[in-house]
Amino acid sequence: MTVELERINEIIDCYSAERMHALAILEDIQREYNFLPRKALEQTAKRLGVTEGEIYRMATFFKSFSLHPKGEYVFKVCLGTACHVMGGPRILESLERELGIKAGETTPDGKFSLEAVRCLGACALGPVVVVNEEPYAHTTPDRAVKLVRSIAADEAEADGDGPPDETPSARSAADPSSALPSG
Amino acid sequence: MPKLKSVEELEALRDQLHRELSASAKTSTTITVGMGTCGISAGAREVMRAILDELEERDVEARVTTVGCIGMCSKEPLVDIQQGDDPRVTYGNLKPKMVPRIVEEHLMNGQVVDDWVVGRIATGYEDIPFYNKQLRHVMRNCGMIDPKSIEEYIASGGYEALAKALTTMTPREIITEVKASGLRGRGGAGFPTGRKWESTLEAEGEVRYVVANGDEGDPGAFMNRSLMEGDPHAIIEGMIIGAYAIGAHEGFIYVRDEYPLAVKNLSLALEQAKEYGLLGESILGVDFDLDIRIVRGAGAFVCGESSALMQSIEGKVGEPRPKHYHATERGLWDQPTALNNVETWANVPLIINNGADWFASSGTEDSTGTKTFCLAGQITNTGFIEVPMGITLHEIVYDIGGGVPGNGEFKAIQTGGPSGGCIPADKLDLEVDYDSLLEAGSMMGSGGMIVMDNHTCMVDVARYFVDFLKDESCGKCSPCREGIRRMLEILTRVTEGDADMADLDLLETLGRTVQDASLCGLGKSAPNPVLSTLRYFRDEYEAHIKDKTCPAGVCRALIEYTINPEACTGCGLCQRDCPQDAISGERKGPHAIDQELCIKCGICQDVCRFDAVGVR
Repeated sequence: MTVELERINEIIDCYSAERMHALAILEDIQREYNFLPRKALEQTAKRLGVTEGEIYRMATFFKSFSLHPKGEYVFKVCLGTACHVMGGPRILESLERELGIKAGETTPDGKFSLEAVRCLGACALGPVVVVNEEPYAHTTPDRAVKLVRSIAADEAEADGDGPPDETPSARSAADPSSALPSG
Repeated sequence: MPKLKSVEELEALRDQLHRELSASAKTSTTITVGMGTCGISAGAREVMRAILDELEERDVEARVTTVGCIGMCSKEPLVDIQQGDDPRVTYGNLKPKMVPRIVEEHLMNGQVVDDWVVGRIATGYEDIPFYNKQLRHVMRNCGMIDPKSIEEYIASGGYEALAKALTTMTPREIITEVKASGLRGRGGAGFPTGRKWESTLEAEGEVRYVVANGDEGDPGAFMNRSLMEGDPHAIIEGMIIGAYAIGAHEGFIYVRDEYPLAVKNLSLALEQAKEYGLLGESILGVDFDLDIRIVRGAGAFVCGESSALMQSIEGKVGEPRPKHYHATERGLWDQPTALNNVETWANVPLIINNGADWFASSGTEDSTGTKTFCLAGQITNTGFIEVPMGITLHEIVYDIGGGVPGNGEFKAIQTGGPSGGCIPADKLDLEVDYDSLLEAGSMMGSGGMIVMDNHTCMVDVARYFVDFLKDESCGKCSPCREGIRRMLEILTRVTEGDADMADLDLLETLGRTVQDASLCGLGKSAPNPVLSTLRYFRDEYEAHIKDKTCPAGVCRALIEYTINPEACTGCGLCQRDCPQDAISGERKGPHAIDQELCIKCGICQDVCRFDAVGVR
């Protein structure tokens, strides 16, 4: 994805160019590109009048940020206490085996990223897996693997016509009026 | 909607909204779908879609509305149907395919589908056993009104406390009332809220700030999320009252990035409040201005700590500061700041409306009022609850939570998140308040309660929390940064069967040093899960060290999966799903696991339908 200076300025211009908005600006950039491109960090530092080092420090301190592009489908496996007790770690392992990557990595084709996260706040329905902000309750290692396979199959069917708008799954018939803001 | 310029205008609007809403409720059918994050995860959107489709197809008239989490998470997706004055009927665990029958039988023929009903509300929540011992004050609107509608909030008495505070009370009187109520910080530390406000008011500064902490980082806690999603206006109303009391004109709500729906509902609520003149300049015609903004966190647990949170709002890295000054004196941008948890703020309108005595009439002498908790883990009724302080853990686990499901046996309840501890079965008579939990080696924390049964290894749990804190320690001070890592190393050795008994003493010494010497609350409380499990479950540690066994069958280095040849039918399911091809056997004959190849992933046990796979 090309990173246009113009677009980055548009994002920054949603706020007054003050340091207090640095976190919000970085979050919006992350949402736009799925990671924080170097050019965007440099421009943010310049516009806010802080050093690049300070912005880089924020980009590496907060766990929501990534300095590398993430996959089209980001699998977040919850390892909060309840999910841990209910078997979250085994789901993570089965996804690691299925995707051939470790938590924190992205498949070489750029399709899937796998992340271990600490509590998504759906503890009553654990273990929880979230795919591109779509939560799945009471997951098992088996079901998580099937979800990957169904996405991969749908992707293969789409035959490279570009990414679909929603996670293709039994759960994609979402009511648009109540949809979570998409990443 | 024009801005409300006086209390009279607000009251007139409330009357009008109340009349309109109750008139439409009397004459029509209202279908309410629980659409908190829990509901959505369980499939509420599909159920909602099915309802809308079915109503259209059958040409049935009904008002369909969405609400936040009502608390019965284990029964999600939940749908309520209210027809006129009839009791409100709650259906649970709904699936889209169940919708046609409900529409036909209940809506068209007036026959409630009893098979799927989880409760009926005629007089109040108490009608449903799960709510029987609860006292829903802060959560009064959660699951009852549409959090996206300021009109419903106003109609149900919203912003009444604000009007009262602004026009009939002085800032000092508000603070006196809050002090008298005995309200203590609901984020977990339990500092008296009124005293905090008083210090902020009295501190010298050019400007003052109010901040709401919605950075619920404790794994296993989701009360704040449910509250922010389900009743955002209550938090905002509390903040406006607090800001008026301390003389602040700017406020911030800091919300975790992991809670997109909470951010969405709060943002909408702030816009609505501005539109109605309940935020902005000359609120309700009174000479008082306030603006509140949302700041999204970015996935750093330490930002739930007050000084780190404020650093983060300022646009800096969220590292805690030494507490030479309190936030009440030098908080945001070094100005006096009243920082409270979102639940604390949501309690404020209740105190103003009903008075300090009413508030203090529930709870215990030193911990007044109610507290929200969430129940998760190995418990039948997982969910979001609110109880009076002083209730026993036993009542929470058994009367409300319904005990441990299946054939599991209760082992411990973990409270207070990574800063808390594990409380064993023989301490279940403990009355829940700030002080008794501290005495038991745990803490109130923000309110997560995770129930663990005999399949949970307490050493593994301690290791889990320390591993979590190793990642979340910001690294600024060495006792926390290094101490936690060394504790993790020791705990890892224990779970792998490589530790000796001297390691347990070392763990305790290290733990106490980290408690004493760390800079902020994260480090000071980090050893709690280790120390509390050592205190109550030392025998499990010893079994790992002396006998090289994990009694709960969790720690991989110490267990083996085996197939019971008597129970195995040779169906081949486990053989097919084993990622290591470690299982072999004749078709229809007993299978066996090659221990050399086995990675102990446990999939064989998951897929076995005959309970033939065991752990040894």
